[in-house]
Amino acid sequence: MKNIWIYILVSAGVSYLIRVTPLVLIRREITNRTLRSFLYYVPYVTLAVMTFPAIVEATQSPIAGALALVVGAVLAWRGGSLFLVAAACCLVVLASEFILL
Amino acid sequence: MENNRVCFRRGIRDGMPIALGYFAVAFTLGIAARNAGFSAVQAMVESLTNNASAGEYAVFSLVAAGAGYMEVAVMTLVANARYLLMSCSLSQKLAPETPLRHRMLVAFDVTDEIFGISIAYPGQLNPWYTYGAIAVAIPGWGLGTFFGVAVGNVLPPQLVSALSVGLYGMFLAIIVPPARKSRVVLALVLLSFAASFLVSRWTLLAGISSGIKTILLTVVISLAAAILFPVKNPGEEEQT
Repeated sequence: MKNIWIYILVSAGVSYLIRVTPLVLIRREITNRTLRSFLYYVPYVTLAVMTFPAIVEATQSPIAGALALVVGAVLAWRGGSLFLVAAACCLVVLASEFILL
Repeated sequence: MENNRVCFRRGIRDGMPIALGYFAVAFTLGIAARNAGFSAVQAMVESLTNNASAGEYAVFSLVAAGAGYMEVAVMTLVANARYLLMSCSLSQKLAPETPLRHRMLVAFDVTDEIFGISIAYPGQLNPWYTYGAIAVAIPGWGLGTFFGVAVGNVLPPQLVSALSVGLYGMFLAIIVPPARKSRVVLALVLLSFAASFLVSRWTLLAGISSGIKTILLTVVISLAAAILFPVKNPGEEEQT
């Protein structure tokens, strides 16, 4: 049986090391272009991979999740804030599942 | 450098909207934590010590899938890799003589939003400005997670279903604006959607955990993009 506190310890330790290492050790910017590019692309790729198809599977009706994806993407495209986009996705699912289910 | 107290107050003011957004997002994170078997207190401690939406979400889904500690460590590293880059540029924003204790404290809450307002601070960053923002943002984050676990339980399924997409909405708000500015990022986001969908449907890979699939897809796609479409270094001449 795995211990949840150890999971917390492991993730907290790794998260902090990632953030503290550059601030303490590196006082110059990274110049290796491939490494810079890799680090630049990682967040977008990993968040995209985690978003789809998971958003469609998280809701009771897949159609509601798909609608949330479209509405969220359009709002974000138009510069909607983090809070606005997240709230809009929730409302879309709430409204569409009310109609669909 | 301005008076520390003034900077701290200004940080609190700018941190307020962040704290409100964090509360709502963390609430949906708490629902994921509950599904992974975390108690409200455990989930709150996870949030207070990790301060990372995508990273924590990855941890919760891995734990729910019964992953090992090593898998969680690797996934946390991959999901939070962007903070490495943010901490790098933040180190340029601090005065070179900034003492070690301030560097170690600022590092604790390098998030997309705290990083954003810290970088936007005019001139060299007074760490007290960041501390002010952290002082209101972290409680919002921790309490949101706590209530997500505690109250997410008694909410009707329609509301839980609706709230569980809040996190994905937040991810969209992070990945879409850069995709609008860069065709490469747009193509990468679409490619990642497609690859993630294919891998989830590919029965040959059914035995591999979703966390490992996320790591593999992230590393392969990002590395290929870094080699094929390297980003320009700051100060370098525009090419192509």
